[in-house]
Amino acid sequence: MNAHVSLPATDAACGVTIRQERGQRAVFCGLTGIVWLHRKIQDAFFLVVGSRTCAHLIQSAAGVMIFAEPRFATAIIDERDLAGLADMNEELDRVTRRLIERRPDIRLLFLVGSCPSEVIKLDLPRAAQRLSRSLSPDVRVLSYSGSGIETTFTQGEDACLAALVPELPRAAAEAAPSLLVVGALADVVEDQFSRLFAQMGLEHVAFLPARRAGAMPAIGPNTRILLAQPFLADTARALEARGATRIPAPFPLGAEGTTAWLRAVADAFGVDPRLFAEVTAPGLRRAEQALAPYRALLGGRRVFFFPDSQLELPLARFLSREMGADLIEVGTPYLHRGHMAPELALLPAGTQVVEGQSLDAQMDRCRAARPDLTVCGLGLANPLEAEGLATKWSIELLFTPIQGYDQAGDLAELFARPLVRRTRLEV
Amino acid sequence: MQLTLWTYEGPPHIGAMRVATAMRGLHYVLHAPQGDTYADLLFTMIERRDARPPVTYTTFQARDLGADTAAIFQNAVSEAYARFRPEAMIVGASCTAELIQDDPGGLARALDLPIPVIPLELPAYQKKENWGASETFYRLVRALAGPRAEPAPREGRRPRCNILGPTALGFRHRDDLVEIEKLMAALGVDVNVVAPWGASPADLGRLGAADFNVVLYPEIARAAAQHLQKTFGQPMVETVPIGVGATTRFVEEVAALAGVDPAPVLAGAPSRLPWYSRSVDSTYLTGKRVFIFGDATHALAIARVAATELGFKVVGLGTYTREFAREVRAEAALHGIEATITDDYLDVEAAIQAAQAELVLGTQMERHVAKRLGLPCAVISAPMHVQDFPARHSPQMGFEGANVLFDTLVHPLMMGLEEHLLGMFREDAEFHDGAAPSHLTRHGTAPSVPAAAEPAAPAIEIPLTAPPPDDAPAAWEASAEKELKKIPFFVRGKARANTERFARERALSRITVETLYDAKAHFGR
Repeated sequence: MNAHVSLPATDAACGVTIRQERGQRAVFCGLTGIVWLHRKIQDAFFLVVGSRTCAHLIQSAAGVMIFAEPRFATAIIDERDLAGLADMNEELDRVTRRLIERRPDIRLLFLVGSCPSEVIKLDLPRAAQRLSRSLSPDVRVLSYSGSGIETTFTQGEDACLAALVPELPRAAAEAAPSLLVVGALADVVEDQFSRLFAQMGLEHVAFLPARRAGAMPAIGPNTRILLAQPFLADTARALEARGATRIPAPFPLGAEGTTAWLRAVADAFGVDPRLFAEVTAPGLRRAEQALAPYRALLGGRRVFFFPDSQLELPLARFLSREMGADLIEVGTPYLHRGHMAPELALLPAGTQVVEGQSLDAQMDRCRAARPDLTVCGLGLANPLEAEGLATKWSIELLFTPIQGYDQAGDLAELFARPLVRRTRLEV
Repeated sequence: MQLTLWTYEGPPHIGAMRVATAMRGLHYVLHAPQGDTYADLLFTMIERRDARPPVTYTTFQARDLGADTAAIFQNAVSEAYARFRPEAMIVGASCTAELIQDDPGGLARALDLPIPVIPLELPAYQKKENWGASETFYRLVRALAGPRAEPAPREGRRPRCNILGPTALGFRHRDDLVEIEKLMAALGVDVNVVAPWGASPADLGRLGAADFNVVLYPEIARAAAQHLQKTFGQPMVETVPIGVGATTRFVEEVAALAGVDPAPVLAGAPSRLPWYSRSVDSTYLTGKRVFIFGDATHALAIARVAATELGFKVVGLGTYTREFAREVRAEAALHGIEATITDDYLDVEAAIQAAQAELVLGTQMERHVAKRLGLPCAVISAPMHVQDFPARHSPQMGFEGANVLFDTLVHPLMMGLEEHLLGMFREDAEFHDGAAPSHLTRHGTAPSVPAAAEPAAPAIEIPLTAPPPDDAPAAWEASAEKELKKIPFFVRGKARANTERFARERALSRITVETLYDAKAHFGR
């Protein structure tokens, strides 16, 4: 998934400079996605098949959430498994049965591959099939890889949703045109979008993932898909392979992004422009109202993005176009040129986009640039703060509802808070 | 394969990072995929360190596996050396790189760097964090402390010791060290080297110049101290100075090895704990049932403090440090109980319930278990949480540490006098269960006194002839229920449970006032 094809250094079409960098990366692996995915699909359980490191990573990333008996766990591979003293498939079956006994509420179980399970080539898709047969019909078992050798942070969600695609019911060929919004969104955001689509007159709108395993949407040639998150390359490909068509759009971050995202749907479904304007006007007005006070704070601020979630491009576009911020460097772990084309087209000419990472070199550039705000992962935030740089931890942008009109102000506030805090503190 | 919802310890390379991060001038090159870089946040977020740990990760990817991960590793070592110019390096693999068997030690050696490069073998599929810290520290000491030597002559100088054990991401290590250094200064003992905390590789080269070693955390420093004992003939002090008794013994042992008089340091009342514990307010602590779980160092020490310095009854003791299971079992036997040796927090939860504890002293996980069970709790051990790095000085060790322990272990319980008065005025208009705090109601509505103190009569009369089904609690008569209410609330739950047990054992279908007092007499022996 991280394999890069070599690209021209400059995207002539939009005047954005794209550079690739290789070296040490400071990003989470795809297992981290479990932390929000298990909240979204409420009867799903995520069983990582991995090492103690995997268990430690998830509990460190999940913080206090771990104490509430969350719906994820790790089957830790030990030396007996590796030495062949124990049959790993039998062990996995035993662990899974114990888990299902403890949690009879589970309807969907994901076996999540990790770096160790990938390296020893443990066949989790086959294990999932075997377990699905023996646990049917109460529990369906699927698998995907969240390993750090294949996935970066949010790509774990991509892999998870892609694993769901073959399981989705087939929509009839003559089914009415439907819209499928793809990517985990907070329930409150999903409900807001549902209301907007209903007001536009769209009757068949579904979301992937659904909130319950038994309620996953149908898919067919009359399904149009709309990505709500920028990191869903494999999921989109799998959905397209099942006949769905993707509606290209920027992502629904900020007032402008949300309008463009909704407009792409309106255009695809032939919604009357007057109706569209009428439906979006109240949200747009509220978003503008909420954003206005932050322009003074964020306008002209110089922002540096370390690569982390793949949300960097749409966030940079929002900060630059709606908040008037200046972009020094926009790092992203991976750049999907197709899905990102509408975003790239909106970035100001001359924006420096860096795909991939070489941590120490990037930290040198950041220190030299002395940005007003640095968006980075949790591990880097305090060291940069200690060097006098204001930071925003990017993981919060995934845990907080930030999409849509009524969250535009919250999104701006997340970036403004570190700056406001500095003006308050006198110590 | 082990089903794990939560783990007390990270993998062993996290232990190595704790040692490397505590030191100066040392760099760790870890052959690991990108996900392993989460470990940075343990140090920068949880411990709030102001710099990244001195660690370079190779962050190899799937596409590198077919190609040359060894070259990636060598590159990372060369670049880390060029950029950070460390005095020494440690190199090793995390769980994934262990499987691809690139031999980090050999690869690094082949680069022929002009500094010591120490390879670490940390088997990720058998060992855990504290073992990793111990092994790393031992390897560093072995490689850098120099060859066998005779102890330096003692004439004409003050005695010298090394303080071994404190690491990054350790439970109160920062503050413990301050207390121990204070004790050493008071005794007139010079501190030769503190390690790993704040030590450089060159400092490890000076370890041999000390007369003896002080091991603060045996999980981490015992192996290194044993090596030093063999190599330099340095004896070690292994008494962990947590609590007044242990600190006193520690001071005496140090004084004996140093050839100084401990009396001035022990004179007077160096800790407030003994008097606080003897003062009458503390009598309510007597026999409080306490469950203790943590790493071995803290579990053992706190068990002794709880039993002998606070007068608690230790009803449960356990550790996740399997390497020290023997010591913990022996200590548990002294309290007449069986130790809980496990790294599964569900086992610990079950043990807490079975022990009918009234106070839990454990890790952050036991804090949450206790919250669920409605029990007071204090945290006495790693794994680390951001709350375990308080801004204030908060040691566990030494005499000030004993003061901190008194507060930490006692405050979760209600203060004795407060508890007594609340019980006394139980039925008073101002203090009954339904009353709002008096300062909130002064200008508002009058506090609502329950109109009828009489509990409602049971809706269904159980015929006296029909015994209740097995295990069903006997029915309380209204008068007995009313009598029960007169018992102070903090022992009421126990009185209820004991009475019901008494009734069950005698197959009584109804509990009368007589039963209540019969049970009290029976259990009160």
